[in-house]
Amino acid sequence: MAIEVLLVEDSPGDVRLTQEAFRGANTSVHLHVASDGVDAMAFLRHEGSHGSAPRPDLILLDLNLPKMDGREVLAKIKGDDNLKTIPTVILTTSDAEVDIVKSYQLQANCYLSKPVQLDEFETLVKSINDFWLTKVKLPQQKSCA
Amino acid sequence: MIIEVLLVEDSYGDVRLTREAFRDANQSVHLNVASDGVEATAFLKRFGAHVHAPRPELILLDLNLPKMDGREVLAQIKNDDSLKAIPTVILTTSDAEADILKTYRLQANCYLTKPAQWDAFESMVKSIHDFWLTKGKFAQQGSRV
Repeated sequence: MAIEVLLVEDSPGDVRLTQEAFRGANTSVHLHVASDGVDAMAFLRHEGSHGSAPRPDLILLDLNLPKMDGREVLAKIKGDDNLKTIPTVILTTSDAEVDIVKSYQLQANCYLSKPVQLDEFETLVKSINDFWLTKVKLPQQKSCA
Repeated sequence: MIIEVLLVEDSYGDVRLTREAFRDANQSVHLNVASDGVEATAFLKRFGAHVHAPRPELILLDLNLPKMDGREVLAQIKNDDSLKAIPTVILTTSDAEADILKTYRLQANCYLTKPAQWDAFESMVKSIHDFWLTKGKFAQQGSRV
């Protein structure tokens, strides 16, 4: 069964590393990429060219994004009754206390900071796969009780 | 640095297994235990005997609890501005889709089912430790926005 993951990330380098790390960890993962906050919301709401976008099982969200900030994307996801049950993991270079607290206040499911080293980045993506996509029970797609 | 974890669990056996697994994984974890939902909220709100209770970095919450149900404890945590930023992981024997969906709607940070086998249980606690307390960034004690 395909696991749909939405990565919201504007750095092409980080997108590529994440794609490669998931490919190495779990071939069932289908990684979708939105490169700014506006595109992410359009994907989640099936707007425009995203009319047939799948509902993601997990969202990986960068905080510093063009057009619409990751904090605003998070607030929109968690303020939307249809989207709020999708686990949303913050994946950012920031390890500022204010970003951590603010994200958890906005009901991010988890906050991770991106390591600078390539091998550590790969290990982190593998941990996300092992924990969130293997151990954790995710809500079933399309459920919206 | 001591890492304060609040385990809300009424099964004496599960408390003991969790304690032993954390002890093996990380000596810095200080496991606080509340055996029902009323005690858990008293601990978090520092009522009665819990006036000096530390603010936990992580809460592990069972769903089926005496006095006050885990779902109600979760709703109280996530509706309280001073508590909602504490990552709250559901750890329960239930794998009912209704429970999974309901708790994500109530903004549980993640949902895990307790394995029946001891070694799998130990490995689950180790995963929680490795992911949440090692990779995950959490707010420093007492931090508020």
